[in-house]
Amino acid sequence: MTRVLQTLMDGVAVGSTYALIALGYTMVYGILRFINFAHSDIFMLGAWFSFSLAGVFGWTLAGATPPPWAAVVVLLGAMSGTAVLGYAIERVAYRPLRSAPRINVLIAAIGVSLLIENIGQLPIAFGTQPQRMPSLLPDAVLFEVSGVSIRLVDTLVIGIALGLMAALEWLIYGTRLGLAMRAVSTDAQTAALMGVPVDRVVSATFAVGSALAAAAGFLYASKYPGINQPAHATWILLGLKAFVAAVVGGIGNVRGAMAGGLLIGMVEIFGAAYLSPHLRDVYVFALLILVLLVRPAGLLGRATVEKV
Amino acid sequence: MRAILPWVAVLGFAMLAQVAVGPVVGHYWTKILMDVGIAVLLAVSLNIVNGFTGQFSIGHAGFMAVGGYTAGILTYYGGAALFDLPPGAVAPGIAGHLWFALSTLVGGVVAAVAGVVVGLPSLRLRGDYLAIVTLGFGEIMRVLLTRTEDVIGSAEELATAPWTTQVVSTGGSLGFTGLPFYTNLFWTWLWTGIAILVAYRLKESSTGRAMLSVREDEVASGAMGVRTTDVKVIAFAMAALFAGIAGGLFAHEIGTTLNPAELGFQKSFEIVIMVVLGGMGSVTGAALAATILTIVPELLREFSEYRMIVYAALLVVVMLVRPTGLLGHREIWHAWRRS
Amino acid sequence: MHGMTRRTMAWAAALFLMAAGCGDASTAQGPILVGEFGSLTGSEATFGQSTHNGIMLAIDEINASGGIAGRPLEVKTYDDEGKTQQAGTVVTRLVTQDKVVAILGEVASSLSIAGGRVAQQYGVPMISPSSTNAAVTEIGDKIFRVCFIDAFQGYVVARFATENLGARKVAVLYDQSAAYSKGLKDDFGKALTGMGGTVVTEAAYEKGASDFSAQLTAIRDLSPDAIFIPGYYTDVGNIALQARKLGMTVPLLGGDGWDSSKLAEIGGEAIEGAYYSNHYAPEETRPAVQKFVTAYQAKFGSVPDGLAALGYDAAHILADAMKRSPDLSGPALAQAIAATKDFPGVTGSITIDPQRNASKPAVMVQMKGGRPTWVATISPP
Repeated sequence: MTRVLQTLMDGVAVGSTYALIALGYTMVYGILRFINFAHSDIFMLGAWFSFSLAGVFGWTLAGATPPPWAAVVVLLGAMSGTAVLGYAIERVAYRPLRSAPRINVLIAAIGVSLLIENIGQLPIAFGTQPQRMPSLLPDAVLFEVSGVSIRLVDTLVIGIALGLMAALEWLIYGTRLGLAMRAVSTDAQTAALMGVPVDRVVSATFAVGSALAAAAGFLYASKYPGINQPAHATWILLGLKAFVAAVVGGIGNVRGAMAGGLLIGMVEIFGAAYLSPHLRDVYVFALLILVLLVRPAGLLGRATVEKV
Repeated sequence: MRAILPWVAVLGFAMLAQVAVGPVVGHYWTKILMDVGIAVLLAVSLNIVNGFTGQFSIGHAGFMAVGGYTAGILTYYGGAALFDLPPGAVAPGIAGHLWFALSTLVGGVVAAVAGVVVGLPSLRLRGDYLAIVTLGFGEIMRVLLTRTEDVIGSAEELATAPWTTQVVSTGGSLGFTGLPFYTNLFWTWLWTGIAILVAYRLKESSTGRAMLSVREDEVASGAMGVRTTDVKVIAFAMAALFAGIAGGLFAHEIGTTLNPAELGFQKSFEIVIMVVLGGMGSVTGAALAATILTIVPELLREFSEYRMIVYAALLVVVMLVRPTGLLGHREIWHAWRRS
Repeated sequence: MHGMTRRTMAWAAALFLMAAGCGDASTAQGPILVGEFGSLTGSEATFGQSTHNGIMLAIDEINASGGIAGRPLEVKTYDDEGKTQQAGTVVTRLVTQDKVVAILGEVASSLSIAGGRVAQQYGVPMISPSSTNAAVTEIGDKIFRVCFIDAFQGYVVARFATENLGARKVAVLYDQSAAYSKGLKDDFGKALTGMGGTVVTEAAYEKGASDFSAQLTAIRDLSPDAIFIPGYYTDVGNIALQARKLGMTVPLLGGDGWDSSKLAEIGGEAIEGAYYSNHYAPEETRPAVQKFVTAYQAKFGSVPDGLAALGYDAAHILADAMKRSPDLSGPALAQAIAATKDFPGVTGSITIDPQRNASKPAVMVQMKGGRPTWVATISPP
């Protein structure tokens, strides 16, 4: 019982990180129909921006006691940083390719991704050493349920993730911008004819998606404080699994990304705990193939019927 | 007579590469030219799926791995049994090279079978979803390959190991090390020449035209009587066949190791980039892009940590400036004529 | 037309001469060219750069004290991005284009093997600073290393665990995508079983994993006496933090992959009290260690890790062999390296054994107050 509960907790924690990253993939895909491979690098930058920002305030020094509002400052700072960057990347590298085949945009995205990783590794940027993210979120054991301690930091990470997802849900289904996003996603040309400023909506999508990735980066770094260098396999692997989560949930579908993230997290953690840890990543990809074979558009995705 | 002429030309070209080019350019450039050949082989074969048929596959490195490991097992363990040599030794004379050629071919065939298996989902999936399934296939391959046993290094141990142990003793995460160096300019450019010729002929054949029609509009081409399912599976199988052969060549080249970590989706992306950069559907375009993308990073060696930054920036710029790739759908001689 | 052909022929002849190798390195009087290949970018860059710093420090010292018979050493360094294919290519380039007399390189065993097979093929000696997998020097008579091998390290940790800690049941958590981790796990298991202990579980993770909770929970249920984690410090910090969070207080054990000042920075409180085997301890009082640590800190501003120390030793052993060698040809130099005996290196007194491995003791260190402190020195059996 202890173990099931512990595994469940871990599954939710891992899954909510995937979900936050998956949201960025799915939003961009929903609107522009291309896989933004640079998104995992934005997530990485979110973690590193958080670390650098904490460094600016001197919170990374040994023995520093960051004030309670430190987390808010760092989180918002990192989110605005990546939002601007996400906007800039779209403006420079993707917008000129709007009418080109999608595979070209994909290649451009791979180029951007390599560029971010290799610049990030330079000594003038973040260097090649892993760093310790200071604990900005308060931590304590909240309570114990049959031997499993529920910790404040884990609860906060999950709480913030869920809060951000709720905010996104409101943005998309409760605001005019969200309405415009959905309109562009359904049919960009018609939306443009109806007076929706497509370019601005796309920019906003990139900014919001990137900000969410940064939040994921911050939360991730708070939970796993040893943050690896920018070109480390960690980021690519996390990005890939989050992407798988988006696809399993039904890419282009915001709720699907959340469900997919949690599902992937659960499958991975339960598989590793109860079947064999050696094949942890195999479960993820096997689930992906299985889901796509049964439901080609993902769990919550709507299959499109091709009209002649 | 006309029918066999191109094949003779390919054979002559490969022999020329081995006899005349290799000794002149030296060991280093010989290696680079072998790398170029393998890259061209991979790009030209992926082009059959991505370029001709319009199916988006990003699991090409997985097929390469299947072919490479199969050929490796045959030359390493099979070669040891066949020629009564210590494992990993190069069998002397022509026999060794013929065994190597056969091993590569078998590797290609096994990869082709895997290609059909992975190609089958394409009956149901399209576009990006297919890409993701091929990616998933490649990643599963990678994890399973890291779980294999250590390579059996000594002849004594090998003598007592049953074949069932041998086939799973492919080095795991260390890579399949110790394979004999059989790959040379002749074999590389022979297979590459064959692939280019087959791809070009295919494009001009009725099956190839069917592939192009599937790329342009699958529903319409089905309505015109093209058996779209068969066409897609053929494309997958042919691409995997040559990718498997490329894997065999790669496995036995000096200075390379079959390493699961390097046969993941990033390697697949490198090949996709070559195809797109060359121009989707252009055989010579893919070959040209593969050549450029192999040689340019070599020329940037001196830049050390700025090398990859330059490469990445170039990638973005080329996409912005020439979105259709270097040659578009055309072949190199068409481009010549136009300008 | 006629002139054209003649010019083409002239070019071909020139190329042929270049390829035939007109510049014989051993008779020239300029600097002696040594090749280095390492992961300066990519996922493994952390390790490649430490090694590179160590090598460069040693080369500066050698040149400051007159070089080899009055000729300075010059290092040609290429980045292999942590990929075996690149490693093979750059070693080919170093050997056949740049015509280096010897090669220093690689941390990861898979990369050393890729490069080493090329060096062996062309008969150029290569010294790996820190590849501990047995297969590296089995390539052939030109391939050496200055570190101990996995089998010895596994023995050291197993002996320490059973004798000093009295541990009988040990759980293992290893990185299955790293050959180093897998090899060390195997050798540790063999050694431990031989000493009467048992490996209760072999849990694994993939390179790039950051969540180890599922594996650690499984290990916790088996209540082992100690946990052996033969991974790299980039992962170990997070593993230790998560283990402590799960309330696990058993001793953590590791290998030389742990060695970095970053380990304590990331692991913090969680890594306190953990033990790992290493090539040297920065606080050792041997003069070679103190000289190296002071010089390194002055140049790079940080405490050198084990990889830097091994890079430093590798370069010094190469220079020492060059001084003893009658000439700089491959066979002569390889023989001189093989004859290295009791070389006073930073990582101990180094003797190259007949298998071209370094035979030397290992140290066990314990993390105390954020610093690795010496606990025991264990010599080869």
